Amino acid sequence: MPHDHDDHDHAHGHHHHGLSPSGHPYRPDDDTALSRFQVMEIALRELLIEKGIATAPEIMAQVERMDARSPALGARVVARAWTDPAFKARLLADGSAACREMSIEVDALKLVVVENTPQVHNVVVCTLCSCYPRNLLGLPPDWYKARAYRSRVVREPRAVLAEFGTHLPDDVRVQVHDSTADMRYLVLPARPAGTDGWSAERLAELVGRDAMIGVTLARAPEEPAPA
Amino acid sequence: MTAPLPEVVPTGFPPPYPTAGGRFRPGQAVRVRHGMALGHLRTPFYLRGRVGRIERICGDFQNPEELAYNHRNGMALTLYRVRFTMAEIWGETAERPADTLDAEIFEHWLEPSDAA
Repeated sequence: MPHDHDDHDHAHGHHHHGLSPSGHPYRPDDDTALSRFQVMEIALRELLIEKGIATAPEIMAQVERMDARSPALGARVVARAWTDPAFKARLLADGSAACREMSIEVDALKLVVVENTPQVHNVVVCTLCSCYPRNLLGLPPDWYKARAYRSRVVREPRAVLAEFGTHLPDDVRVQVHDSTADMRYLVLPARPAGTDGWSAERLAELVGRDAMIGVTLARAPEEPAPA
Repeated sequence: MTAPLPEVVPTGFPPPYPTAGGRFRPGQAVRVRHGMALGHLRTPFYLRGRVGRIERICGDFQNPEELAYNHRNGMALTLYRVRFTMAEIWGETAERPADTLDAEIFEHWLEPSDAA
């Protein structure tokens, strides 16, 4: 029986405005109409299958391939650049070619890697939409696609960086990259102090997604790892 | 008064994507056209009419204004990264005038500038 508990102060049945037994708010059912683009996606997918251009398993496999991408790929590239100066030079000259060397599937991604130095801090945005190096970082975070970030980071980058907890010295120039066309950008953060002799695998654990977008720095060894 | 142009250090490597050469060279001062056009445009409004320097040549790519309408056989255009100072973009209200911004701009949106 669904209502056999005796907590009569608790919301019952379909009026889920209280908390679940595990203490979480109920999420309302998503019973809204499909948007134009949701309808278009379903129509296109069904047509591709009906016409024999792609099969449902092929489409699922591609979705899974995209979902499998994560910032760990970008972190591997950064750690390699920190430990291999010749690789770093190739990465800065042609980011996509250098990633292919590491057997990272970059597909059509045209990667430009920009290096943070004691003089310059780089931060990436796409003011027009949400261009992002997905092959290396996976799907962009919601804030990256939000109008607030897109409009503010070109106008007041230091204020935005401060909200991410990133405070830069006055003599560092902020260099914003607006990915308006065919290139995609990855920030090569500065290698944290106190990591001499670390392996690339160990260094990669210090490189988070946000550091490769440029809103934070690489994690220092003494900072706790994110939960 | 014109805001100072940014410094550009040459990348030291050739464009990684094929290019016929293009009209502009790294370090050259250029102005983004103050154009108004209809359709799918990749030149942000906040950069139109602004003067910057060519940071690098990216390569030649199909014009997104044509691709948006599925015209796939056009002539490839040279794509540049252009660097601007925040002072040039935002004037006296710039958060930090000497900070800079790079954007990718296609050649047909750029014209030579006689700014030093």
